[in-house]
Amino acid sequence: MTSELITVTIDGKELQVSPGTTVLEAARKLGIHVPTLCHHDDLCAEALYSQTTSKMHEDTSDPRKHAESGMLSTPSSCRLCLVEVEGLAKLHASCALPIHNPMTVRTTSTAIRHARHDILELMMSEHYGDCFACPRNGTCELQGLCRDYGVTSNSFGRPEKPLFDYADPENIIQRDMNKSILCRRCVRMCALYQGVYALTTEGRGDHSRISTFMGREMKDAWCINCGQCINRCPTGALSERDDTEAVWRAIEDPDKIVVIQTAPAPRAAIGECFDCEPGTPLTFQMNTALRRCGFDKVFDTNFSADLTIMEEGSELLSRLYKAVVLKDNSAALPQFTSCSPGWIKFIETFYPQYLPNLSSAKSPQQMMGAVVKTYFAEKNGWDPSKIVSVSLMPCTAKKFEAGRPEMDASGYRDIDYVLTTRELSRMFKQTGLDLPKLEKSEFDDPFGTPTGSGVIFGATGGVMEAALRTVIEIVTGEKVETLFDKADIMPVRGFDGVRMAEVTIKKVGPVPAILSHLVPDFDWLKGVTLKVGLAHGTANAIRVMQDIAEGGPLSTCHFIEFMACPGGCLGGGGQPIPTDKEIRAARAKAIYSEDEHYQVRKSHENEDVLRIYKEFFKEGPCSHKSHELLHTHYKERA
Amino acid sequence: MDVKAVRGFVGNKLTFDDVSAKDGMKIASEMAPEDVLAIVGASGLRGRGGAGFPAGKKWEFARSQPGTPKYIIANADEGEPGTFKDRLILTDHPELVFAGMAIAGRAVGAEFGILYLRAEYGWLREHLENALDACRAAKLLGKDILGTTGFDFDISIRMGAGAYICGEETALLESLEGRRGDARNRIPFPVQAGYLGKPTVVNNVETLAWVPCILVKGPSWFAAMGTRKAPGAWLFSVSGDCKRPGIYEYPFGTSLRQILSDVGAENAKAVQVGGASGTCVPPSEFDRTLTPGDLATGGSIIVFGPGQDMFAVAENFQHFFADESCGQCIPCRVGNQRMLEAIQRMRRDGLDEETEHTLRQLATTMNVASKCGLGQMSSRAFISILNNFASELPGRNA
Repeated sequence: MTSELITVTIDGKELQVSPGTTVLEAARKLGIHVPTLCHHDDLCAEALYSQTTSKMHEDTSDPRKHAESGMLSTPSSCRLCLVEVEGLAKLHASCALPIHNPMTVRTTSTAIRHARHDILELMMSEHYGDCFACPRNGTCELQGLCRDYGVTSNSFGRPEKPLFDYADPENIIQRDMNKSILCRRCVRMCALYQGVYALTTEGRGDHSRISTFMGREMKDAWCINCGQCINRCPTGALSERDDTEAVWRAIEDPDKIVVIQTAPAPRAAIGECFDCEPGTPLTFQMNTALRRCGFDKVFDTNFSADLTIMEEGSELLSRLYKAVVLKDNSAALPQFTSCSPGWIKFIETFYPQYLPNLSSAKSPQQMMGAVVKTYFAEKNGWDPSKIVSVSLMPCTAKKFEAGRPEMDASGYRDIDYVLTTRELSRMFKQTGLDLPKLEKSEFDDPFGTPTGSGVIFGATGGVMEAALRTVIEIVTGEKVETLFDKADIMPVRGFDGVRMAEVTIKKVGPVPAILSHLVPDFDWLKGVTLKVGLAHGTANAIRVMQDIAEGGPLSTCHFIEFMACPGGCLGGGGQPIPTDKEIRAARAKAIYSEDEHYQVRKSHENEDVLRIYKEFFKEGPCSHKSHELLHTHYKERA
Repeated sequence: MDVKAVRGFVGNKLTFDDVSAKDGMKIASEMAPEDVLAIVGASGLRGRGGAGFPAGKKWEFARSQPGTPKYIIANADEGEPGTFKDRLILTDHPELVFAGMAIAGRAVGAEFGILYLRAEYGWLREHLENALDACRAAKLLGKDILGTTGFDFDISIRMGAGAYICGEETALLESLEGRRGDARNRIPFPVQAGYLGKPTVVNNVETLAWVPCILVKGPSWFAAMGTRKAPGAWLFSVSGDCKRPGIYEYPFGTSLRQILSDVGAENAKAVQVGGASGTCVPPSEFDRTLTPGDLATGGSIIVFGPGQDMFAVAENFQHFFADESCGQCIPCRVGNQRMLEAIQRMRRDGLDEETEHTLRQLATTMNVASKCGLGQMSSRAFISILNNFASELPGRNA
């Protein structure tokens, strides 16, 4: 930093800061807690910059940049972070007060305390709802501050009846305006990180509210169900559709066999609901807990993640073959990953012209659902109509994916219910389980071999890394470790919003039997540099799409991974609240360290996967039967 | 509507009637930008929007900013209840406003101006466009104004959509950029990063109209009017219970009593100075003067005669604010609603001590904690009415 540091004195403590640092940031650096409800660490200028820019995309002439500018700065609307500044009249919102000159600040005084108390009372005066029945009871930031400031609602009362109609209970993203404080974190998150602009502020004065375009229900709005708004909401105004009751009913029905699969990302995060440090892996304790809840089988989504890699990787190879050798223009490149359902709805809504680029492979959740009600049911002699297939996901969009009408190729719904990490933690608590203290237990066979390649699906870059491990080994016939130490493909890791990496294929091996129906040989790949791209947070997906449209570097990629949520699944909309950069990094660390400790770290080495191709799909990946059960199609959404 | 209809409301002689915009422009075009700045600074001209910020200083800040291009914006969103003086200026002397903008452009280094016209004045647009065309034809706008190489300035008119908050300069900028009219954070200031993130001067219509007058008649002529701290004269919109409502020009420092006598309202029960966000003055304070530091105003004087229910007045104003808050910050959006409900209750049931304490504390919170001037000022009228007319509440003795 070339500019000179400025001295700021806050509550008698001095600090040197670079110009433009806000008083709120400076106070936090000094360990001084200033309350706020509209500021979120993910929405401060620094976090926004690191999320939404990358070396490839520094174009400032982008007109969207300006459209966003009004939302880039904090709305400073809650006014709770008020401070006194020496020499200035009135109180000032510290989140919106950049330091450009030396200043002396006080964060507590009679005036500040009275103002904060009044503001909280005012918030409560239009807050209708029962704290006990609220999904955010205990994690609600407004509740916490009302406790701290002794808010009694004596001054301005509480509403006696709802001020707003309740939304349709079928919405996956549930909005209850009776609990909104109009802090606009959701609006800004949706716009700045996701580029979706589903939420907006509507009306003026006493008619102000957070709304969608034309006031549509969330299910009819151009929402991608990513749930990032929920994770940023300070109150219970946003939550996911609660499916726990339906799952309990299935468990309690003696006629049903209830199986659950658990995705990798919730394992690294669910501990946060039980006061563990972020990044505490509880994979095997969770298996015990799930059985205690009454689930009949506990499967590992890693199995179907590996299946996804086999299908998606084979699809990529056959697309490349078509394009390079057969010169067939119908093979759309780059191929896009298809496991993030938020991303799927995003591309279907905003970039339908690129639908041919999407891999037709279903997501791991749906693949597991399909094989449970076919292969597994057959193998065990179970009636598929009696199987209730539940999945634990870090994701709210998975609820939408499970409900897509086409997801029933076996004659049965692939997945019946999706639970988010938060919902499952409530079920555990209802069962009286203290998750971290439970003994460990394994997954159930035949989908129970945990693999590293499946686990890393939970982080941005993970799908790509898993795919590269498999594709490189299959094509070169050599261990991936010869190219990347410990099979850790570092270039695709990290949290940069848009990333690119490349691998040159120096030698090729023979085509393994499992792929012989797709390509005759790999000679055409010799000397080819395989280019891959990655993006997380759909605002970054927009950047990638624009780059591709302009013929930029990303248009030369062969394969691009898209994750709707910032950080990938570990930052999913169904994950524990709160979230921020550090929490997501801790979860990522847990995921990568789990990968390191597994014996099997490559999808094509997963024995369960190899067995299902032998026993059930018979003709290998991307064959007739696998197409029927493991692949899907997409539709343009207006 | 006949755009000149407003003429009938002029109460006394206006300086604007005697000054030619062209003369002002001629002087400015022959001067170095620094000298224009110095003259406006020396005149002591203060903003007429209500805050009374020295115009010369604002221009100087904008001039010293590195960003380009720079913009001059005329705030013609005259929305404060009880003000209609800008409407007179826009009807009768639009060329003075345009000249003021162009001169500001010369001083600041801006080549483009925008007149932000309130939606309710939409019927003036054609008239203003014609006036702009006339100025362009007379070489008072466009390239090389009055033959001075490099003096380029042009103006376009943009319409508001009916929100009071868009008269607040940062909300006005948001509106101009096509977003909802929400007040922005005050740092950076518009002179640093305003319209499209560029240095921007936002001046009230009347402020700009005074600029050519100052150039023609000289800064000392202007400074000789009014008081030392607040030189110059001002247009007042007088309405309400008086015999001769209309637009009056007075120098700063004129007493309220003088004005009331001129408009035929000697028996006034109260006077609201500064519109809905202003102060309600009781008869005992009629000797106060209209000047920053005493009774600051955006130029609106509303007279309440005997028999007016002052808490009905307070309720009316509060209703206005509950409706017109941009809806962003809690103290303003929710505070005004709760204040309105409290006024409605007290008109029915009276006011106990504890509630009064709560409301005064709320008024303080709204004043110190709101994001922009709207919320900061919106409880002033009620509090001044409560201070002076509490005896009118049920259960209190007259």
